This record gives sequence, C-alpha cells and structure tokens, in this order.
Amino acid sequence: MSRKPLSEGSEWTFELLQSYDTEIARIAAGFGLDTYPNQIEIITSEQMMDCYSSTGMPVFYPHWSFGKQFLTVEKSYRRGYMGLAYELVINSNPCIAYLMEENSMTMQALVIAHACYGHNSFFKNNYLFKTWTNADAIIDYLVFARNYIAECEERYGVSAVEELLDSCHALMNYGVDRYRRPPALSITEEKHRQKEREEYLQSQINDLWLRTVPKKERYFQEQAHQFPAEPEENLLYFFEKNAPLLESWQREIIRIVRKIAQYLYPQRQTKVMNEGWATFWHYTLLNRLYDEGLVTDGFMLEFLQSHTNVISQPPYYSNHFSGLNPYALGFAMMSDIRRICEHPTDEDRKWFPDLVDTDWTKTLDFAMRNFKDESFIAQYLSPKVIRDFKLFSVLDDDLNDELEITHIHDEDGYRAVRHVLSDQYNLGNLEPSIQVYRVDTRGDRSLTLRHYQHHRRPLGESTNEMLRHVRRLWGFKARLETVDENGRIQKSYECD
Amino acid sequence: MSQFIDRRLNPKNKSAVNRQRFLQRFRGQIRKAVADAVAKRSVTDVDRGEKIQIPTKDISEPTFRHGQGGRREVVQPGNKEFIAGDKVPRPEGEEGGSGNRASDTGEGMDEFVFELSREEFLEFIFEDLELPNMVKRQLAREATFKSQHAGFTSDGSPSNLHVIRSMREALARRTALRAPSSDRKRELEVELAALLTGGEPDEERIAALSEEIALLERRIRAVPFLDTIDLRYRNRIQVPKPSTQAVMFCLMDVSGSMDEVKKNLAKRFFLLLYLFLTRNYEKTDVVFIRHHTVALEVDEQDFFYSRETGGTVVSSALELMKDIIRDRYPSGDWNIYGAQASDGDNWPEDSTNCSRLLIEDIMASVQYYAYIEINNHEPHSLWMEYEKVAEYWPNFAMQPIYSAADIYPVFRELFKKQQA
Repeated sequence: MSRKPLSEGSEWTFELLQSYDTEIARIAAGFGLDTYPNQIEIITSEQMMDCYSSTGMPVFYPHWSFGKQFLTVEKSYRRGYMGLAYELVINSNPCIAYLMEENSMTMQALVIAHACYGHNSFFKNNYLFKTWTNADAIIDYLVFARNYIAECEERYGVSAVEELLDSCHALMNYGVDRYRRPPALSITEEKHRQKEREEYLQSQINDLWLRTVPKKERYFQEQAHQFPAEPEENLLYFFEKNAPLLESWQREIIRIVRKIAQYLYPQRQTKVMNEGWATFWHYTLLNRLYDEGLVTDGFMLEFLQSHTNVISQPPYYSNHFSGLNPYALGFAMMSDIRRICEHPTDEDRKWFPDLVDTDWTKTLDFAMRNFKDESFIAQYLSPKVIRDFKLFSVLDDDLNDELEITHIHDEDGYRAVRHVLSDQYNLGNLEPSIQVYRVDTRGDRSLTLRHYQHHRRPLGESTNEMLRHVRRLWGFKARLETVDENGRIQKSYECD
Repeated sequence: MSQFIDRRLNPKNKSAVNRQRFLQRFRGQIRKAVADAVAKRSVTDVDRGEKIQIPTKDISEPTFRHGQGGRREVVQPGNKEFIAGDKVPRPEGEEGGSGNRASDTGEGMDEFVFELSREEFLEFIFEDLELPNMVKRQLAREATFKSQHAGFTSDGSPSNLHVIRSMREALARRTALRAPSSDRKRELEVELAALLTGGEPDEERIAALSEEIALLERRIRAVPFLDTIDLRYRNRIQVPKPSTQAVMFCLMDVSGSMDEVKKNLAKRFFLLLYLFLTRNYEKTDVVFIRHHTVALEVDEQDFFYSRETGGTVVSSALELMKDIIRDRYPSGDWNIYGAQASDGDNWPEDSTNCSRLLIEDIMASVQYYAYIEINNHEPHSLWMEYEKVAEYWPNFAMQPIYSAADIYPVFRELFKKQQA
C-alpha cells in the first residue's frame, strides 16, 4: 500500500500534529490499545524545565527542593550535558502530555505514539494504577493541596510549613500503603471531610493520651497492651493519626504528602514495564505508519536514531554505564513476548508453553495489565533476552574478601539470573524495611521504630539525620533499632 | 479525539517561587559566597551575576538508605569473560560498576553550583549594606531609555506609517519613472500630428507611430500609484536617558595601619558609590588615588592590594585630585564625585591643609564628597578639620564606619536628592 506521506519536512504545525495523531490513533485502536482521551499541550523548553522540577505535575505546591531541582536541570541543559526529555506525561483523565516546541515533526510523532498511546494505555489498564491511583481526581486534588498549603503558609508562616514538608518529603517513601487500597480521591468530598477529620482526629488523640495521666495503678496493669498493636509500615499515616502534639493543619499536610506519595508509588514499581510498553508501542505504531506509506524514509531514519539512543544499554564496564536501562530492558522484553508468540523456537516452547502460538496482542495486553516490574521479570524474562543483554549476577558479601560471579547467561544460570533480577526490582528489598514498633504510652511517649534487616544490610549514613525528621513529626524522643533476621537488636539510634 | 492546546504563551518561570525558596533557605551560604565574590571582583565589575557554590552535603535531602555491607546480589549487563564461580576483587570506593568519575569541568562533585542572576547578586550585596528599598530599586534598575524621534525609515510597523511622506515619495517616483515615456510620447504625438495634417499620409509610418504611442501609454499606466518602496515610517530610537558623564575619585590611605578588613570595608563604600553613579550617568570614569606621605594615581589592583608603610599626608592626595580635575576632568563637562576612606591618621600639621584645599578648591567643583573613617574610636585632627568643611559645604558627607551597615548613611543625602 502506498499513500502520500503526511509531511515531508521537519517543521511541525498544529494541522500536521492533528493528522499524525489521527493516523496513530487509528492504528493504535486497530491493535486494541485502550486509552484515556488525550490532552496534548505544546510548551517551550523553559516551561518543560518548570514542569520537570516539581515531579512533572502541572500544579504543585512550592518548596525549596523543587528550586534546587530546577537549578540542576537548568544548569545541565544550558551546558548541553543533557537534552530535556522530549515528553512528559501525566497519569490523569484526560491524559495530559507535554510536547516541546523545539521538537521536529518526527519527534512530535514519536512522542505522541510513546506518551499519548503507550503510557496512556498503561496508566489506564495496569492493575497497580487502576487500584492505587485516581486519574480522574488527581489534578483537582493537587489544586486543593496547593491552595491548602498556601493558606497554611499565610497563617502559620512559610518556615513552619517548610520544616514540616522537609520531614514529610524525607519520609515520603514510608508514606505508602502497600496492601490496603486507599479510598478514592474526590475534591468536594476531600474538602468536606477535611473539617470532620480535624475534629475527629483531635478527639482521638486526646483519648489516646488521656491514659498517660495516671489515675489508678491497677488500670495500667490491665492496660499493659502494646501500642500500636501491630507494627505500622506507613510511617506518615501513623504520624498523621497518632502524633500527640501536631495541630490539625499539620496532620492535613502530612496527609497531602502521603496521598501524593501513594499516587506516585505505582510509577516507581513499573518503570521497566511502563517504559518498555510505551517504547514497544511507539516503535510498532510508527513502523506501521511507514508500512502504510504515511511517512518518508527521512522520517524513519530520524526516528530510528532517537529510538536507538533511547534503548541503548551500555555494558557494566562502560563509562556511560548507569545501571540497567529500563527502556532497553522493557523494550527487549515486550518485543520478545511478541516474538515468542509469533516465531517461537524450541527453547521458547519449553520455557513458555502458554505463550507460543497465541495472539501476541492479547498476550502482551495481559502482561501489561496484570504485572509489576518484579513479577513481570519473574514471569517473562526469557533466556534469549538474558543472552542478548549478557546478564550475570554478582554477589557482594562483606564476609568474603572478593566478589563472586554467581550466575551467568547460560543454561544453568537463566533461572537464577531471572530470580535475582526480579528481586532487584522489588521495592521492598531496595528500601530498608522500617516500621513503627512501639510507643511508650505510659512513660516518656518515646517512639521506637524497627529496621528489619534483610541479608544483614545496615542502614546508611543519613540515618541520624532521618531520625531527627522522625523526631520532629512525632514530637517526642525517637529511637530506631536495627533488628537482624533472628530478632536480635544489632544497633540502636536515638534522637532526643 | 485528542485535544491540542498551545501553552507556549503561558507564563514560564512557574518555578520562580521555588527558586526564591531555595535562595532563602541557603541565605547564609550564599551570602558568604557573595561576600567572597565582592572581595575578588573589581569595583567596576560588580554589575553582573555570579556563580555560587554550596557544599552538596548542606543541601542534600536525606532518605532512609542502605549502607555498605551485608549481602547483596545484583544483576549487571554486558558480561565479557566471567563464568559462574569466578571471584573478582572488590572495586575500590563506590559499589556497583559506575564508580565516581571526576568531573571535567573543574567543579568538584561535592559542590552544588548554580548561577545567581545580576538582580539576585545585587540583592545580597544590598542586604549587607542595609539599603532602603527605594534605593535598592533605584540601583538594581537597568539603564533607562527614552524613545525619541529620529527621522524616517523605509520600513517599520504600519502604525508608524507617515502618510504625507509616503505620498510625496510616490509622487516623485511616478514622475521620475513616467518621464522618459512621457517625453517620447509627446515627440511621437507631434510627429503623428504633422504626418496626419501633411499632404500624403505615410500609412505605414502612421500605424507604427500609433502602435508605439499605445505601447508608451501602457507603460505609463503600468507605473503604480503607490509602491512599497514609497512607504515612509516615523523612526523612533531608544536613547539612554541621562546622557551625561561622571568621574569618581577614590582616595584611600594605604599606610601601614590600613589592614585588609579596613580595605574591604572601604571597597564596599567605593562600590556603592560606583553603582549609584552608573545608574545615573551614562559614562562613569573611576580614578584611584592612594597615598601615604605621597599620593599616586594607580590602577585598581594596586589600589586595593598593595601595602605601604610609613606616615600619612592626606593633603598630598587632595593636591593630586585637584591637579587631575584641572587637567582631565573640567567640571563643566564632568560630574565629579569624591570618595575618601581613611583610618583617620594624618600628620597633625597637615590637617588644616586638607580642609583648606577642600573648602577653597575641590568642593566648588564636585557634586558630592563623602568621607569615611574606618574603625577609629577617637577622632583625630583630620576629623575635626573635616567637620569644618561639612559646615561650609552641604554636599560634604562624613561618617565613622564600624561595619558595612554604616556605609549607607554616608550616601543618604546623595540618594535622597536623586529621588526628588
């Protein structure tokens, strides 16, 4: 089939964007991609830097750390160390994507395919996003958050709010529920409930601490229960509900940071999948455009050049190496699933009997919907991808003087490498596991956190500083105990 | 259906508030960096931004992290020669393969570096000097321009179109372009009339003439009434507003008793005056005169950084200033400002010479003369004599200085006058 190309030169216009989008949407629908409606916004590079520096959100509350981020981005951009990302896309409904004015027509088409159809369909259908984020409400909620924080700054002073936000940001990764599904966000409800919450919370706190005033000796012997009854891993949630001295506006701000952390949490768990999915689809969609004769050879060459840059994976000994590239790994795995469905080898038949000779669009769709990085790798990483990447696992044990190469890309190693790599994407292993263990409700109200060690790994240098943030939120003495796998306390930190 | 929105005209700088927050938070470190920068810079070079470095550890945002040690197994790409069971020595420093590469820009990785804009830089200087807001605004302002008529140009915006000029051009062009054809046509018409009235008309010739006349008429008609080259626009240019010049004399005692601290205070003093002058005059010259027992005109480097020993004769500097004014800066053409910094030491016999020189010669030709006495707790004879000068001349200001914040009052009169 040969048709007239949509455009020849590298200049884009709104009419051209429209016609590319129409064609890409048609092809994407043909492959069964299910997306939110798109809202595509054209911005300048300065505006892109602005977006960059506050977690990519179109509205966000002000904080010095975003200023620092902005300075960093600006410096490396001005010096040409770093190109800005071509796009930014937000998990909202409608799905907001930013295109930069400076991009050529080819790049705009690439970005539309990547963000507006790739990421967009991932946001809409992956189970983590479906369960844990509310695409409909996020923008409203951010507006609410920004206004609320501005109001607090006016009422209680910028520095008081900033201190609180510093502490909340430090503990942001410990402000997510991993197992409980959070209630849906809604702006009107949020405003309405906020008042109720304030009053209710304060009364609860009072109740909890009333018991600290000694009444009768016997009462305490009866009440010798531990608080909290179960260890709590969502530290921010615990502070919001239980810290004795916080005022209601402080609880609300903790809640805001917690909600945003929760919203961002699925993105941290699906880097490889999300980028792999989007990259796979921009590659597939644009190739189809080319097959239909809608784009020129020049377009394809420019596209392939940036595509190749995006999915390059330097080896571990290279100067450019900075870990596994999620785009590269994700793209390779997604493409590999298609290959296994369409052109399986004997090896694939042995490893993936359920995948071979199925409809690749359905299989891939299933993979996208029901996994996160950790489980996706455990399920789908094939020997071929392991060989292509020449993956090998290294054991660094401080009991040994040397590093040991435990497994490589060979018949004996495939399963083990896959297992180690899957673990590597388990956020639970990456971050130290720290939970609220006990509050001394009858004594000095001190708080004890416990760090449950995994493979004897100790806490890093920032621990004492972190404990000061915990102390600030809790309001009383804070203690952190590192507990080894046998339940023995290895090390203890304290902040008065 | 996707919706496209053009946001390019939305305000950028959405992050400006975050930047301000950042500067506010690290005020202490930045102020120190600014003070260092001022010490390093020339007086005439204060009017631009500065690169600021802050130790990275001061601005890091902590999180709970794993430290070194324990047992960890990681997967890396790009195996070359390893097989399972190989042992390799643990690499030095960073774990993982990335390591810490030295930066090739000369900045350490331990420093967070960013640019302070000119406004922000001045803001930090002014903060130290405790300038009132009015003055800060006045000094931080860019040179102002006034738009002025400057004749006419052949291109411009339609709103500046000058109709009469354009029509006049059009008329001239029409006349000029039509002239050759008109002349020729007139000649031919005369010839044609002669032929027609003559005895036996030469039909062929008549036809040829008529045809040529018709051609010429078409040619005349083809000259347009108004052409783009006729258009004339009013031209406006931007001229810097106060287009005058000033010279600033910096006089400083460099005898042994002036140490680095005193000189740095003096530098702030000269710097402030310089900023004021550059805002108010298009061109500002600076003359540096240092003195101990004899005075010498020097460049800025020598002025601030060379040290002399020996006694102090202030009048030598004033003599030199007087001579330079006479030779190079006639007071009719130049606005002259004097700024003198000293720790107050002088030969007692010389002080009367100083006040006499100022009262009789110098003060008449200068706009303003400011004197600061640095870290001197009991006034010497020079101070007493200068008090007399202040009585005679209202444009003479003097002030003892103990810290940077004391500098501004010296200039109070100066800035007040300018605002009026």
